[in-house]
Amino acid sequence: MKNILIFGATSAIAEALAKQYANDGHQLTLFARNEDKLALIEQDLRVRGASGVACVSFDAGADDCIAKLQRQLADIADPIDICVIAHGSLPDQGECQEDVQKTLSEIQVNGTSAIGILTLVANRMEQQKNGAIAVITSVAGIRGRQSNYVYGAAKGLVSVFLQGLGQRLAKSGVHVLDIKPGFVDTPMTAHIEKGALWAQPEKVAEIIYKRIAKKSHESHTPFFWFFIMTIIRFIPTAIFNKLKL
Amino acid sequence: MATISQISGWGNYPEIAAEIHTPARQSLQQGIALPSGYGFIPRGAARSYGDSALAHRVLSSRCLNRFISFDNDSGLLTCDAGVTLGEILTTFVPKGWFLPVTPGTKFITVGGAVASDVHGKNHHLDGCFSEFVTEIIVQIGDQVYQCSRQQYADLFHATCGGMGLTGLITQVSFSLKPIKSAYIRQKNIKTSCLAESLRVFDEYVDSQYSVAWIDCLATGEALGRSIISVGEHADQGALEPHQAPKLSIPCHFPDFVLNPLSVQAFNFLYYGKEKAGPEEQLLHYNPYFYPLDGIANWNRMYGRGGFTQYQFALPKTAGLEGLSAILDRIAKSKQGSFLAVLKAFGKHNNNPLSFPVEGYTLALDFKINARIWSLLNQLDEVVIHYGGRLYLTKDARMTERFFKATYPRWQEFNAIRDKYGATQLYSSLQSQRLGISR
Ligand SMILES: Cc1cc2nc3c(=O)[nH]c(=O)nc-3n(C[C@H](O)[C@H](O)[C@H](O)COP(=O)(O)OP(=O)(O)OC[C@H]3O[C@@H](n4cnc5c(N)ncnc54)[C@H](O)[C@@H]3O)c2cc1C
Ligand SMILES: NC(=O)c1ccc[n+]([C@@H]2O[C@H](COP(=O)([O-])OP(=O)(O)OC[C@H]3O[C@@H](n4cnc5c(N)ncnc54)[C@H](OP(=O)(O)O)[C@@H]3O)[C@@H](O)[C@H]2O)c1
Repeated sequence: MKNILIFGATSAIAEALAKQYANDGHQLTLFARNEDKLALIEQDLRVRGASGVACVSFDAGADDCIAKLQRQLADIADPIDICVIAHGSLPDQGECQEDVQKTLSEIQVNGTSAIGILTLVANRMEQQKNGAIAVITSVAGIRGRQSNYVYGAAKGLVSVFLQGLGQRLAKSGVHVLDIKPGFVDTPMTAHIEKGALWAQPEKVAEIIYKRIAKKSHESHTPFFWFFIMTIIRFIPTAIFNKLKL
Repeated sequence: MATISQISGWGNYPEIAAEIHTPARQSLQQGIALPSGYGFIPRGAARSYGDSALAHRVLSSRCLNRFISFDNDSGLLTCDAGVTLGEILTTFVPKGWFLPVTPGTKFITVGGAVASDVHGKNHHLDGCFSEFVTEIIVQIGDQVYQCSRQQYADLFHATCGGMGLTGLITQVSFSLKPIKSAYIRQKNIKTSCLAESLRVFDEYVDSQYSVAWIDCLATGEALGRSIISVGEHADQGALEPHQAPKLSIPCHFPDFVLNPLSVQAFNFLYYGKEKAGPEEQLLHYNPYFYPLDGIANWNRMYGRGGFTQYQFALPKTAGLEGLSAILDRIAKSKQGSFLAVLKAFGKHNNNPLSFPVEGYTLALDFKINARIWSLLNQLDEVVIHYGGRLYLTKDARMTERFFKATYPRWQEFNAIRDKYGATQLYSSLQSQRLGISR
C-alpha cells in the first residue's frame, strides 16, 4: 500500500489517475477546492478499493495557500510515496494582457503554487530517501507563444524548477517526473473544438501511471507531441515572430 | 457546454453532425442539470451499430463515470450510467466478481446495457441484462424517477430495452456474480450442418455459456456448418483482469481490402483453425467473451462507407427452416459476412421493446454497398414470414411497417413515454424512421 497525495484531484486527468491507484488499493489524500465534486470522487475511489481516502481543501489561488499546506502536511504520516500535482487553469490570454492582477494570479495558480508544494514535499522526500513526484505541466511551457504565453510561462517556470529538483533529488533516490500533455479533452478545454491531435484524459492518466512506475523523467503525452514541440522549439525567432501560433 | 461533432454508431453508418452535451453531477445531493430543449438522445460508448444513439442533440454519459456503492456480501453494485463494463471488470474481477450478463464487447456503458437490454452467451439460462437490475434512476427533463419492479414499474420496464427514448438513465443498481477465477473452461464443437448445430445447442442447454460461429459461405449439405463454443467459469486460475488492447486499426481501410475473397479466406481460417473433438481448454475471460476487443477500432476495416449488422431472432418453432432459408439466401448473394454468430435464446421478458424471443438469433455483418439493401430487404421477408424480428441496437435501415409488425407492444411503449412526458424530449434518428416519435 502506498501513500499518495494528489493536488487538483478534481481535474479530469488526476481523477482518472486516482482511479487506477484506487484499483490497486492505495491510500489517497486528495487536495482540491471543489468539495462537492471531491465527495463524489471520494465515494468512487472507495468503491474501487482505495485503502483510505482523505479530502483536504486546497485553493491554489489563495494567498495563504502554502502556509496552510505546511500545517496540513504535518498531519500526513510518513512516508509520502507519490505526490502528483495536477491543478491548473487555462486563462484567456487577451484578458491577461489587459489585467495585470489576472496575469499575476494565473502565474500563481499555474506556477508559484506548484513551486510552493514542491519545495515542501521535496524536503520530506529527501529525508525519506525515496518517493516520486509527478507534475502535470504542459507542452505550452516549452516555447512561449503569443496565444497563451502567460499560461506557458507559468508551466515553463515549473518545468525548469523540476529539472533542477530532479537533479538534486536523484542523489537521495527520489524520482521526479515532468508530464507535458498536448491537447486533452477535459473541462479545461471544453470550449475548444476537438481534432485528431486530442487525447482522452483516461489515456493520459494511463501514460502517467506507467511513467511513474518506470521512473522516467519527462513525458510528452502522448509521445507524438515530442516531435511537434521539437519542431516548434527550433523555428528561428525571426520566422517564429511572423507566425500566428 | 455543448460542442459540435460528427458522430456515428459503431458501423460508421450513418454519420451526422450533432450538438454534444455532457451533463455531470454537481454534488452527492443535487440532481444533474440537463440542457433545456427537445429532441435529445442519450448516448453511451456508441457501440450500437446504427442510428439508435444518433440525433442532432446528444446527451453523452461520458462524465457520469463513477461508482457509487458496492455490497461485498450480495454483489450489488450501484454506479453512474456512463461507467463501462470494462471498468467494472478491471475493478471487480480481482475481488472475485463478474458481470451477470455481457455482450461481445466490454467497451459499452451500463446505461447502454440497460437501454438495449443486452444479452450474452448465457441468455438461454439467465436472460437479459435487466434481469439483474434492481433499480435505475431515470431523468426526464428535470424530473427524477427512482424506478424498480415495484416503483414506477411501467417506466422501469419501458426503459430496459427502451433505446434511450424514455429519458436519461443516470444511475443503475445491479448484481454482479461471484467467480473463483478469471478463466473459462471452454470446449469447441465442430458441426457439419445447421441441423447438427441446433442439436448441439439443445444438448448443451445446461452449459452456462454457448455460442456458434457459422461459416456463412458454406452451401448445400454444409449449409450452417459451425463451431460451437460452450463454457463455464473455471475454479482454477488467478483473478486477474484484462489488459488494454495492444493492436489498433489506425485508419479506415481502403474499399478493396474487404472483398468477398478475403471474407472467404477469413471464414475458412476461422473454421479451419479450430481442432475437431471437444477437448476442454482454459481461456481467460477476455479472449473468450471479447475476441474482437483485442483490436481497437476494428470497425475501420470496413472502410469509410461503413457497415451494418443484421441481427434477427426467430421463434424456436421456425428454427431450422427459417435459419436455412436465410443462410441459403446469403450464400447465394455472395455478399459474405465477416462474422456470423448464432445463439439460442431463452424466454422473453416483460420489457415492451426488449429484443430476445425464445428461439435463435443470428448476427451478420455486411459492408455497406449499393447491392446490400435489396439483399437485406429479402432477408426481412423471411424474418417476418417466420415471426421473427430485428435487434434495434444493430439496426440502421428497418422500415416503420416492419418494426410495428414485429414489435407489437410499441403502442404501449409510447403510451408510457407520453405519461411521463418523454415523447417530445427524447428521439433518435432511428425512432423517427420507425415512427416511434411523432
Ligand atoms: C463488437 C460488438 C459486439 C456486441 N455484442 C453484443 C451482444 O453479444 N449482445 C448484445 O445484446 N449486444 C451486443 N452489442 C451491442 C451493444 O451491446 C449495444 O449496442 C449497447 O447498447 C451499446 O452500449 P453503448 O454504451 O455503446 O451505448 P450507445 O451505443 O451509445 O447507445 C445505445 C442505445 O442506448 C441508449 N443509451 C445509452 N446510454 C444511455 C443512458 N445513459 N440513458 C438512456 N439511454 C442510453 C442510446 O440512446 C441508444 O439507444 C455488441 C456491439 C459490438 C460493437
Ligand atoms: N487539457 C489540456 O489540454 C491540457 C494540456 C496540457 C496540460 N494540461 C494540464 O493538465 C492539468 C489537469 O487539467 P485537466 O486537463 O485535467 O483539466 P481540468 O479537469 O479542468 O482540471 C483543472 C483542475 O485544476 C483545478 N484548479 C483550477 N484552479 C484552481 C485553484 N485556484 N485551486 C485549486 N485547484 C484549481 C480545477 O479545480 P476545480 O474542479 O475546482 O475547477 C481542476 O481540478 C492542469 O495542470 C493543466 O494545466 C491540460
